[in-house]
Amino acid sequence: MISKLPLTQNINAARDPVNLETYEANHGYQAARKAVLEMSPADCLQVVQDSGLRGRGGAGFPTGMKWSFVPMNTDAQGNHVSDGHKYLICNADEMEPGTFKDRLLMECDPHQLIEGMILSAWTIQADVAYIFIRHEYHLASKLLQEAIDACYAKGYLGKNIFASGFNLELYVHSSAGRYICGEETALISSLEGKRANPRAKPPFPQISGLWGRPTIVNNVETLCNITHIIRNGADWYKTLGIGQDHGTKLFGVSGRVKNPGCWELPMGTTIRELIEQHAGGMQDGYKLRGFLPGGASTDFLVEEHLDLAMDYDVIGKAGSRLGTGTMIILDDKTCPVGMTKNLVEFFAQESCGFCTPCRDGLPWSAQVLDDIESGNGIPADLNTLQNQVRFIGAIGNTHCALAPGAMEPLASAMKYFADDFKAHIDGKACPYSTESTAALASAGVN
Amino acid sequence: MNQSTKKDNSQANARIISSILTAPELAEIDHEISHAPYRSAVAIDALKIVQKHHRWVSDESLTGLADYLDMSTAELEGIATFYSLIYRKPVGEKVISLCDSVTCWIKGYAQLEKHISRQLGVGLGETTADNRYTFLPAPCLGACDRAPVMMVGEETHLDLTPDKINQILETPILKSPAPKNPVPKSPISKSDGGQPE
Repeated sequence: MISKLPLTQNINAARDPVNLETYEANHGYQAARKAVLEMSPADCLQVVQDSGLRGRGGAGFPTGMKWSFVPMNTDAQGNHVSDGHKYLICNADEMEPGTFKDRLLMECDPHQLIEGMILSAWTIQADVAYIFIRHEYHLASKLLQEAIDACYAKGYLGKNIFASGFNLELYVHSSAGRYICGEETALISSLEGKRANPRAKPPFPQISGLWGRPTIVNNVETLCNITHIIRNGADWYKTLGIGQDHGTKLFGVSGRVKNPGCWELPMGTTIRELIEQHAGGMQDGYKLRGFLPGGASTDFLVEEHLDLAMDYDVIGKAGSRLGTGTMIILDDKTCPVGMTKNLVEFFAQESCGFCTPCRDGLPWSAQVLDDIESGNGIPADLNTLQNQVRFIGAIGNTHCALAPGAMEPLASAMKYFADDFKAHIDGKACPYSTESTAALASAGVN
Repeated sequence: MNQSTKKDNSQANARIISSILTAPELAEIDHEISHAPYRSAVAIDALKIVQKHHRWVSDESLTGLADYLDMSTAELEGIATFYSLIYRKPVGEKVISLCDSVTCWIKGYAQLEKHISRQLGVGLGETTADNRYTFLPAPCLGACDRAPVMMVGEETHLDLTPDKINQILETPILKSPAPKNPVPKSPISKSDGGQPE
């Protein structure tokens, strides 16, 4: 019986996540062995393309298409010929505020990720792979390193893996902070030991990435999916989704709900099911005002969107992005202006400083929001914010997507919570400040 | 420059470097270099290794490291100050990283920040007088379902309340109610990304 929830099938508090025998007892490393010994890289690529898998890091780009741009050198017999290193990088720099899914996958089933990386490396014929993990994930780094060591000892990593002739070195690189490292070209700069400034595209990393060589960067959850897609096939994978997109995904909810957490659900599950059934609905005394559907850089959605399916294009049509699939709930006792200010301040702080609209524009937006929140706003401030959204938010005006991402919650907050912005300016104070203080006091936070 | 002068210089450099960077540090840095295409590629790993041994990266360490990695001090300083988790000023025995991102903010970050400041007698960016703790804000720590969250050293603490914080920090550890050295409220390694204050 193949699990309908493959990504979390092994996750169990009583199980040692690093133990190789336990992982292998549930079909572990069978897909990797089969692919490396019996499937060609082109066969594997075809399965991933057929599966319709879309990147789980937030952008939702089709994974198979991303891989198809990696140059493959083959001889007359169709055998792969190496003309130098190719790299596979796992983006484990989970720093999008509100996102807590990759940590779970790495801490609870590190071998699933490693197997996905072996399969992905085989498909693009990478001989060196890195897991670029944020510094704060100490436990995940430690468990991954232990799991990798076990794989080297068994001949699943290193030279001539599964006695196939295929070589793959896998390193864990612990980062030194900064959200921008999650942008794939900034991540590559950082892995090269430099400041994490994003790079202009083209050339795309598939052609010229790490140290100028062909490179693929994929999110942790994307790579974990590969394990099951190759193990069970594209047709099976397509049966998992219940909407337009295929497969399952980790969805999360944080904020003032009864049961915040992270669940693996079929793609296409409604937002209402996630928030009301899995997360248990709002805490007593709180009402839902809105939510960010996929992390800090996605547009607010509101109650009318609760019945939408969690598919990339459905959420896109509603004016937001599915992003990382981890929802942050805005309740009726939290100030929408204050929340937006917190989000924009985060992006202002995390700007790499390379381009002017981001480096100077985001602190300006944060300043205007601070004025409004603290009761010093004037009606013209709203116009200023609209102009910032127009200029900073337009892709092409900035070097990368960080600043446009910062404008998404701002633009949508001004749309859905316009009355709140106006009330702050007219009343020269935040109308929530006394209410929220009282609420926190009753919750035991002084 | 003739061959022997060159050799003398490099021996002199090696002596200087070995007086700044200890043998264990050099061994760890050499291990990183062994699988990198060129020496400066390990700059961030090397800064982290130095910091692991000294808790921060001093000017002397930075200069020695730049020499060792065949890069200019300015270039390495540019890298060190870019990354928020490389400390270019001394920190206490443990760094308290209190998450100030959105979910923790909703769940009472501001109150907890005040509480910790009061208990320790220091503000954000400062180190306690007994050198036990440095108090810093942190971006989202990836445990939002258990917000509010902070890290103390390598330990992550979830579902924070003032009482829980008191237990974790074994407070009261400080006598003075107010910060002793009021300094500008900023992280220790301030990014040059333009943080609004």
